[in-house]
Amino acid sequence: MKSRYDNEMELEFLSKSNNEAFARITVAAFAAQLDPTIEELADIKTAVSEAVTNCIIHGYESTEGLIKIKATLLKNEIEIEISDNGKGIENVELARKPLYTTKGDLERSGMGFTIMESFMDEVEIHSVLDIGTKVIMRKKIKKQEDVEENAEKNEEKNALIN
Amino acid sequence: MNSRFEKKDNVLYLEITEEIDHHTTEKVRRLMDNEITRFMPRKIVFDFSKVSFMDSAGIGLLIGRYKLIKLLGGTAEIINTNKSIAKVLEMSGILKIIPIQNKENVG
Ligand SMILES: Nc1ncnc2c1ncn2[C@@H]1O[C@H](COP(=O)(O)OP(=O)(O)OP(=O)(O)O)[C@@H](O)[C@H]1O
Ligand SMILES: [Mg+2]
Repeated sequence: MKSRYDNEMELEFLSKSNNEAFARITVAAFAAQLDPTIEELADIKTAVSEAVTNCIIHGYESTEGLIKIKATLLKNEIEIEISDNGKGIENVELARKPLYTTKGDLERSGMGFTIMESFMDEVEIHSVLDIGTKVIMRKKIKKQEDVEENAEKNEEKNALIN
Repeated sequence: MNSRFEKKDNVLYLEITEEIDHHTTEKVRRLMDNEITRFMPRKIVFDFSKVSFMDSAGIGLLIGRYKLIKLLGGTAEIINTNKSIAKVLEMSGILKIIPIQNKENVG
């Protein structure tokens, strides 16, 4: 019997800044199963780095806590869930805005969520004060065969129309 | 990070040699500020040829150094970015104050 998911993985690690590279490289290696382009892989790495860094800097404010990543592959889509049990976000709508940051003193630019939103197809933010934050991101990998197949179909269609 | 100061034009080249994220900027920031205050250049040039990854931490890093060089009356430029790094830079709007210079070694 085929499982509900095509593939799934979970990762849990301490909120140490040297785990930022570990997290994005691990998720990228997992995502490679979908055969993404170099650019798609770079987008995923950047988005993961943003979310994980946010857990460390804002969620736990550089104290020690656990960060969890769950990644699921379903057909040609990857879903990545990144969560902390930190301090939570007071106003999620405001936090999403470009240039909005509560840590300007640490040379943060307030572009993290903006980058996640533009590099991934969908970004959901769930947050409860003093409980934690969970970011869910999804991205469709555009397979080369699909692109070719579509082109072929379009050609057939055009042939029928003309 | 490697740096090179060209006396002729008073340009300080800052070549970043690691992936730029929150973890690595902590160290790179200090090194850059040391070099900038040591040489007091007219211009700093961030060389990205050895950088394979950058997230929003890089934007904060560049803006911070830009503020310092501006205080000293100088300017800043970026050279040798790859496609995904250029994408992050473009999105941030930072290129209006720190432009990407296409040719290498333009002083
Ligand atoms: N995991 C989190 N826990 C608590 N607060 C968060 C979390 N993630 C984001 N935030 C809040 O949302 C704000 C915006 O986040 P965003 O990533 O867009 O910018 P930033 O982290 O401040 O700066 P940058 O990502 O550009 O370095 C943060 O300043 C912080 O207040
Ligand atoms: Mg951030």
